[in-house]
Amino acid sequence: MPLLSVEHVTRRFGGVVAVDDVSLGVESGQIAGLIGPNGAGKTTLFNLITRLYRPDSGEIAFDGESLLRTPPHRIVRRGIARTFQNVELFPSMTVLENVLVGSHGRGGRSARELLGELGLDAVVHRRAAGLAFGTMKRLELARALASSPRLLLLDEPAAGLSHEEVEELGALIRRIRASFDLTVLLVEHHMNLVMGVADRVHVLDFGRKLAEGSPAEVQRNPAVIEAYLGSERPQHAPA
Amino acid sequence: MSRVVRIAAGLVAAAAAVALVLVLPHWLSDARAAEFARAGCFFIAILGLNLLTGYTGQISLGHGALMAVGAYTTAILTANHGFRDLWTIPLAGLVAMGAGFLLGLPARRLSGLYLALATFAFAVAMPALLKRFSGLTGGSQGINLFDKALTRSTGALGPVHVLGRTVATNDFLYYLTWGTGLVLAAAAWVLVRGRVGRAFRAVRDSEVAAASSGINTGFYKMLAFGISGFYAGVGGSLFVLVSNWFVSPTTFAFDKSLLLVVGAVVGGLGSLAGMALGALFIQFVPSWAGNVSNAPGAPSVFFGAAIVLVMILLPSGLGGVLRKLTEPLTTRL
Repeated sequence: MPLLSVEHVTRRFGGVVAVDDVSLGVESGQIAGLIGPNGAGKTTLFNLITRLYRPDSGEIAFDGESLLRTPPHRIVRRGIARTFQNVELFPSMTVLENVLVGSHGRGGRSARELLGELGLDAVVHRRAAGLAFGTMKRLELARALASSPRLLLLDEPAAGLSHEEVEELGALIRRIRASFDLTVLLVEHHMNLVMGVADRVHVLDFGRKLAEGSPAEVQRNPAVIEAYLGSERPQHAPA
Repeated sequence: MSRVVRIAAGLVAAAAAVALVLVLPHWLSDARAAEFARAGCFFIAILGLNLLTGYTGQISLGHGALMAVGAYTTAILTANHGFRDLWTIPLAGLVAMGAGFLLGLPARRLSGLYLALATFAFAVAMPALLKRFSGLTGGSQGINLFDKALTRSTGALGPVHVLGRTVATNDFLYYLTWGTGLVLAAAAWVLVRGRVGRAFRAVRDSEVAAASSGINTGFYKMLAFGISGFYAGVGGSLFVLVSNWFVSPTTFAFDKSLLLVVGAVVGGLGSLAGMALGALFIQFVPSWAGNVSNAPGAPSVFFGAAIVLVMILLPSGLGGVLRKLTEPLTTRL
């Protein structure tokens, strides 16, 4: 049984069907990639899993139990933590305080230990607002890990990072999977990163599930190639 | 290291504040001491408003009405139920805390201007409510505790005897309000640095991130309204004592709510020390404005101009200036 299972989930916004009858499963211990052109419904799916949105139909279950009756602030207590596409830190709070808030609902490792693990020792008492963008992203990751999640949802962790930082990120995701015993679901436009770290890749297009398979299988899939070449090229290097 | 220095600097600042409050009456006339006591009441209410608006990011234009709840709790318990006035102060805080929780209900759904209007409605309705339930509140006549000498510990009939010393009435009221204010300021200082305060600030900075970190944002908004209501209620309770032991619906017309917001913003939201300056501002600047000219409407214009001037020159409020002045001291060390 998968750790996270999404079954026939649909969500509309007005006349737009943002997520259309999507099903996918993420096995325990996996790093799963979720890709698709802009507007494919990836972030909406994240927001459905973390209960910021409610699906119009379908079922989402974590560890065999439905998530749909869990209010958003209890999701983290169930063992699911996330990061955001546009970095949602607490800008006026210090780096340490950001991580302490991360353990509000469910504690785990000590905040100091986590900051050390993610190379944030030097900025512990700095305000989050003044940090470099790459450091903010690492801080957001540290905050998510502070709740010792079983499932970590990463929404475009590579966006806005330099070439070197993206390479470090791939290694970092693998390292934290091992040391935190994590399952990871990763939304990413950066194909090199996804194809490098993911065990399995799910492809969305216009809200629908287009394909699923190993990175190699997905890259060969004609429908996937069509979807990307038809609308937007996959991004091989940061702009 | 810098952390130790910062805590030490904070302790020195706190000790200086306590010393200042203790010695100030020596240079104050009796009438001035009464005015400072009144400012002390504003200080307490603004501390509460600052916890709500400055630290939790929720707007309230209804804090004058929460002060009224505290004031009437003290007045009713003392006048009609034989409580000693001093003992009603914490009770007034608790009753206003309950009212604050209820006032916080709309905050679960509304934010920004809409929340401001919802809380403002409470401020506008309060005087009418007080007149409507005249059996309890004395209606438009209000409640006079001046002749309830037996239930008053804060004597109007002469000096007050405390710990074997004799203190003039207005000096006593001054020490009572600012002493209470300092204790509550210390409590606020501890609160905002702990788990609850972090949750408040997280709600202010990003509700989405707060919720996905496990913070029940609706609950913490209501809690902030409740704690803030406690402060306003204590401020309101003391306000009865410093207003010649008298309260009526006009004491807490809706302009008190706006005045408190002015005090909090001028003082500098998010700065606890600034709140004392904000309280002095709303106590003394309107009467100074009256000295400039007493032509009809002129004092209000001068007061308004003073607010605009402070906001243009000191966008982070008087508290922001305090922080700038003390920063070199703490970072240089």
